[in-house]
Amino acid sequence: MKFKFLNKKITGILTVLPENEVTFEEGIKNYNFTETQSKKLKKVMGYDKRRVVKDGVCSSDLASEGLEYLFKNKLLVKDDIDALLFITQTPDYILPATSNILQDKFGLKRDMFCLDINQGCGGFMAGLLQALIMLDQEEINKVVLINADVLSRKVSIKDRNSNPIVGDAASITVIESVKEESPIYLSLKMDASGVHDVVIPAGGMRLPSTNKTSEMKEDESGNFRSLDNLIMKGDRVFNFVQREVPPMIEEILKYSNTDRNNINFFFCHQPNKFMLNKLADKINVPREKMPSNIVGKYGNSSGVCIPVTICDNLGSDLENNVYKVCFAGFGVGWTFGAAILELGDLSFNRIIEL
Amino acid sequence: MKQKIINILNEIRPEFEFTSGIDFISAGMLDSFDVLTLVNELEEKFGISIDGLDIVPENFCTIESIVGIINKNE
Repeated sequence: MKFKFLNKKITGILTVLPENEVTFEEGIKNYNFTETQSKKLKKVMGYDKRRVVKDGVCSSDLASEGLEYLFKNKLLVKDDIDALLFITQTPDYILPATSNILQDKFGLKRDMFCLDINQGCGGFMAGLLQALIMLDQEEINKVVLINADVLSRKVSIKDRNSNPIVGDAASITVIESVKEESPIYLSLKMDASGVHDVVIPAGGMRLPSTNKTSEMKEDESGNFRSLDNLIMKGDRVFNFVQREVPPMIEEILKYSNTDRNNINFFFCHQPNKFMLNKLADKINVPREKMPSNIVGKYGNSSGVCIPVTICDNLGSDLENNVYKVCFAGFGVGWTFGAAILELGDLSFNRIIEL
Repeated sequence: MKQKIINILNEIRPEFEFTSGIDFISAGMLDSFDVLTLVNELEEKFGISIDGLDIVPENFCTIESIVGIINKNE
């Protein structure tokens, strides 16, 4: 489904990373890999360092650190927030919504809309779409979009499919109505044929967590995980991305009447370097225009990957300059989306640590 | 070409003997991560670029299928 939005603008992006850093080498002893396999895989996939939270840290803790920073530095005014969107797969509670927890914690106004959305690696695109739709309403002028996940808490350290890549982070993206701004073109799609390919089987109402669901079992590839852990079928994810994402980007380029050569950067979800290089090749753009450095620097932080890629690669440059960019996010569901917009002259574009 | 492919496979999984006629995937000699490593090595050593849509297990399960995918992407 394609969308076009007028007079709306991303005005600031903040990423919050946990200080705690772990390395690929630290985890090797837990995986069913030979040393040769590990070294080659590190090179191909770009595995290296990751940021993960310490025990007990929740998604809202990362988000709170970011909001406090923005309020304290007068980069965001509480009463200006008309809607707070919280996109996560790892909420603090089954209920209430984490967005309401933040509303209470910071004493935000009552005349606002708080909404949690359960989305993963496509979550920045889903959240951006929701924010833009809300901004079409007269009474909503500023939306705070928070993407946050602490998925490392749900990954088995003996799962070589997921553990070497997963990272934790939060991002706060401020989106506003403005008098005049270039259109934002966005495409979002859902394909539930992959609904069981990325899953945490236990912990919901279908299969509540019990002692039995926490028992670790070995799969056919030598990974140990329980039903409380994330299961990700990496080969299915790879095939989905190669099959669905290039046509989606082609479609949004055509819809927005944009020449791909005029796009300065393709900011994509960050599953691994190999997959992104293949994606860049497939849509005929130079690999250097599609940064793939995040999985080896901070880990794959689900819906936060696009914001962290922007903050890390451009930083304060985006506070002074404007670039034509393409976003592409894709993951659990399957949910996949792309956008083309002018991005720049931001009030802030930076990374802080918790 | 076949011997060059066997040498690459031996570097990736030295504990196995890769010969014609064996299905490496079914036999558990290569998993999905090994396939990605193999693609990277084939691209470097044969100077090719393998289309992402061709990176599926059945294209890397035998020496013959690997030869086929190299020829297709040359």
